[in-house]
Amino acid sequence: MENLLSFPLLSLIIWLPTLGAILMLFFKSEKSIKVIALTTALLSFLVSLLLLVGWVNDGSMQFQEQFAWVPQLNITYHLGVDGISLFLVLLTTLLGPIVVLFSWNNIKDNLKSFLFLLLVQQTGMLGVFLSLDLVLFFVFWEFTLIPMYFLIGRWGGKNRVYAAVKFFLYTMAGSALMMIAILVLYWQHGSFDWMQLLQAPMDIRFQTWAFVAFALAFAIKIPLFPFHTWLPDAHVQAPTAGSVILAGVLLKMGAYGFLRFNLPLFPDATHLYTPLLATLAIIGILYGALVALVQKDVKSLVAYSSIAHLGFVMLGVASLTAQGLSGAVLQSVNHGLSTGALFLMIGMVYDRRHTRLLSEYGGLWKKVPVWSAFFIIVVLASVGLPGLNGFVGEFTILIGTFQANPWWAMFATIGVIFAAWYLLTAVRGMVQGPLDEEKNGNLTDLSTREIWVLAPLVILFFVIGLFPGFFFDKINPAVDALLKTMQAGSQLPF
Amino acid sequence: MTNSLNLFPLLPEIVIIGLALLLLVIDMTTRFSSVRTESSLMAGVTLAGIIVAAGLSVMGFASGKELVAGVVLVDDLSIYLNLVVLLAAGLSVLLAWRYVPVFTEQSSSFYALLLLATAGMMFLGKSVELITMFVSLEILSVSLYILTGFNRHQLASAEGALKYFLLGAFSSGFFLYGMALLYADTGSVKLADIAASGTGGFLILAGLALMLVGFAFKLAGVPFHMWAPDAYQGAPTPVTAFMSVATKAAVFVALFRVLAAMPSISPHVWQWAIAILATLTMTWGNLAALRQTSLKRMLAYSSIAHAGYMMVGLTAGAAGLNAVLYYLFAYAFMNIGAFAVASMLERPAPHAPQDADITAARGMFSRRPMLAVAMAIFMLSLAGVPPMVGFFGKLYVFSAAVQTGWTWLAIVAVLNSVAGAYYYLKVVVQMFMADESEAGNLRPSIPGSAATAIAIAAVGTLVMGLLASPVFVTLGQAVIALK
Repeated sequence: MENLLSFPLLSLIIWLPTLGAILMLFFKSEKSIKVIALTTALLSFLVSLLLLVGWVNDGSMQFQEQFAWVPQLNITYHLGVDGISLFLVLLTTLLGPIVVLFSWNNIKDNLKSFLFLLLVQQTGMLGVFLSLDLVLFFVFWEFTLIPMYFLIGRWGGKNRVYAAVKFFLYTMAGSALMMIAILVLYWQHGSFDWMQLLQAPMDIRFQTWAFVAFALAFAIKIPLFPFHTWLPDAHVQAPTAGSVILAGVLLKMGAYGFLRFNLPLFPDATHLYTPLLATLAIIGILYGALVALVQKDVKSLVAYSSIAHLGFVMLGVASLTAQGLSGAVLQSVNHGLSTGALFLMIGMVYDRRHTRLLSEYGGLWKKVPVWSAFFIIVVLASVGLPGLNGFVGEFTILIGTFQANPWWAMFATIGVIFAAWYLLTAVRGMVQGPLDEEKNGNLTDLSTREIWVLAPLVILFFVIGLFPGFFFDKINPAVDALLKTMQAGSQLPF
Repeated sequence: MTNSLNLFPLLPEIVIIGLALLLLVIDMTTRFSSVRTESSLMAGVTLAGIIVAAGLSVMGFASGKELVAGVVLVDDLSIYLNLVVLLAAGLSVLLAWRYVPVFTEQSSSFYALLLLATAGMMFLGKSVELITMFVSLEILSVSLYILTGFNRHQLASAEGALKYFLLGAFSSGFFLYGMALLYADTGSVKLADIAASGTGGFLILAGLALMLVGFAFKLAGVPFHMWAPDAYQGAPTPVTAFMSVATKAAVFVALFRVLAAMPSISPHVWQWAIAILATLTMTWGNLAALRQTSLKRMLAYSSIAHAGYMMVGLTAGAAGLNAVLYYLFAYAFMNIGAFAVASMLERPAPHAPQDADITAARGMFSRRPMLAVAMAIFMLSLAGVPPMVGFFGKLYVFSAAVQTGWTWLAIVAVLNSVAGAYYYLKVVVQMFMADESEAGNLRPSIPGSAATAIAIAAVGTLVMGLLASPVFVTLGQAVIALK
């Protein structure tokens, strides 16, 4: 392990996709471009698996790298990974090859640029999860806007320009105050380094506004009700690969931000604001579900379901209990997998039929049984059927929430029922019923490539659903460490 | 007073001025076969001179301070300014190479004036005495007035020049009056004496206020900005690119030197003045830019907004100077790059390049992908998105403001950059995302010289931010040496 620890593994994970993207620019033929993109994405997934090899279950920051970047301002290139970020990193690198493989044949316009953006997007997101220096984090955080903005704006649907600009400005506005808060933190406590800032006692007045400055950026990203209005536009207009990355990873950056920065840095303010956060999360759960129920477009149905699901994640965070936080981390990953799969599957039928209206489908079971079988499994995972991943996450969050406040848990449970309702509506609209649309008669079932795209996700549904211990073993110590940090940093009686 | 006047530290300025005179002499004595040949030769010689001057400037780094004739101070700060000004001048010459012969036959006077303006800026950053400062300011201003109106085939050019000239003359009046009051208070025009003997009374306060107005005119700070949109839009684009960057750089350094000579006035007084000026400038610049349809005019207002961001850094005093200098360096790359691409979109009407609308960029990515990518880099950098250099410029400037307790000003500035992002994105939308079936009436042909300028600017914008450290080391020394 010694040599593994000294090797800059995290840097390799972050920069490998960008290196591949740059290499790709030198090639002309479509074939070699695709091969390079897929190889790069696969390679970075395999490299990220090495994290598990050298992993120590002690809740500490591991594989750290640090060197000076702008010494005059004490800005460092500081990376590290713990149980909170580990599976988010693996989720990101896993979705990388999947979206590349999905986009294999269905991007007609400028495939090279498209794949280039997908790859540098990976670098940005991985940087967000792995940075321990606030400026470095902020650089990656803002950078993730650029590729997604172009992905939506150039390759998106009809209303893509509006959606792309809204996405960009909304998120940028959210993080504006965070930048100032980071600078104030630096000038009051002399460091941009996360680990050093953990030791710095901050007075409560300062915490209350710094918490808001950070929380605004993260709440918009998640998105927490009422900051969600950019999401339906962006998700629906984005090309499938973009939606997958958006829902799968980008939203998680918000939840991750709360866990990594808001909770440990501003523990007292956290206690002050959690009732508000939990309330907004519950409103999000119920509101997202109700709006999802009435959608005619299946992609917007999934988009609104994301608001509801992320509400659960946020509720877990707001519970401030060990179970709630662990559940939030795992549910972030779960949502990435199952919603990613949902968007992929909708993309697959959309590529064939060029419509996403539920009324245009029905009875697909008879025509495309493989697609339908996958769809049902994915929906059930998303609903939270025991034995699949969604159940583990939601259940853990509900346990944690119940400990914190039974009322919160009660309202959230109503959301679980709603989730089953709107998702099964989608199943009924797509798969069941008579095959009455003539055009659906020509649908072809999944190709081998498409099965390869979905299979890893579906396998993981079962792995997480049946063996959650493997994941919680790594998440729990980090969550415990987080709670301990909060206790130690708190100036109020906990 | 010693008899031997050591002019050696002023070698870069001497090269530039000598070259300007040489160009005029060549113009009078030589006949060329075509306008193109003459213009290319002049541009080439000018560029060579600029590179030589930059090389000579670099050699002077870290060699301490040298006071020449008691009025001009060569220190690391002024050398750094030389580099920013010369960088801007060099990129603008590359841009002007094939642009100038389209509208004028007087290319030698064009480049001579450009060099004189450059020399004026270099001297302005070195002046530690008010008369010298005023003369430098006039040299650069008069040269720029003429350059702004250089396109005689276009009414807008003349209009811009006239406005610039009239308001500029007005601002010179303010400046002179302010100088006179400072002299009345302290009995000297040397900044060192003013610093030592200022009374802090009404005279010096009023003098500083009037000089601030003069400086604000030159920086296009709101409400003294009225000339800027017209002058920037009307001037030949290489001139706009040059003056939007280099003038700001020189004036900021001079302004800093004046402010540093005011220990008798409580810093709070001028800090508040600049903070208010910065707020107005940023906000008005951004709001007005939002409404523009002409690309060049939008960039003109954007330039006003950026002057505001730099003033935020200046509010922080010495701590902010570092950041402002870095910002100017960043701004040289991204803003000249943006104007360069804008000039590639102008309709090449004979004798009069016509201003381009933002929609002229429509579909650029499909037709000229590299140009579109470069422009996207400039736009995102101006918007302040990492990893482009514009983000780091803002980070350091706002950091200085926070450091000195001007947190509210930093918040105003950061919110302004979000508003600003909207109009920069408009350009990106046109280039990459707009419906390409219609328009696309412009098929830019890119001359090699302009392509070089754009490439240098794009690479600078992309990597300078990540390599901030070495620049900062140099800057740190420049500022320490100042104290």
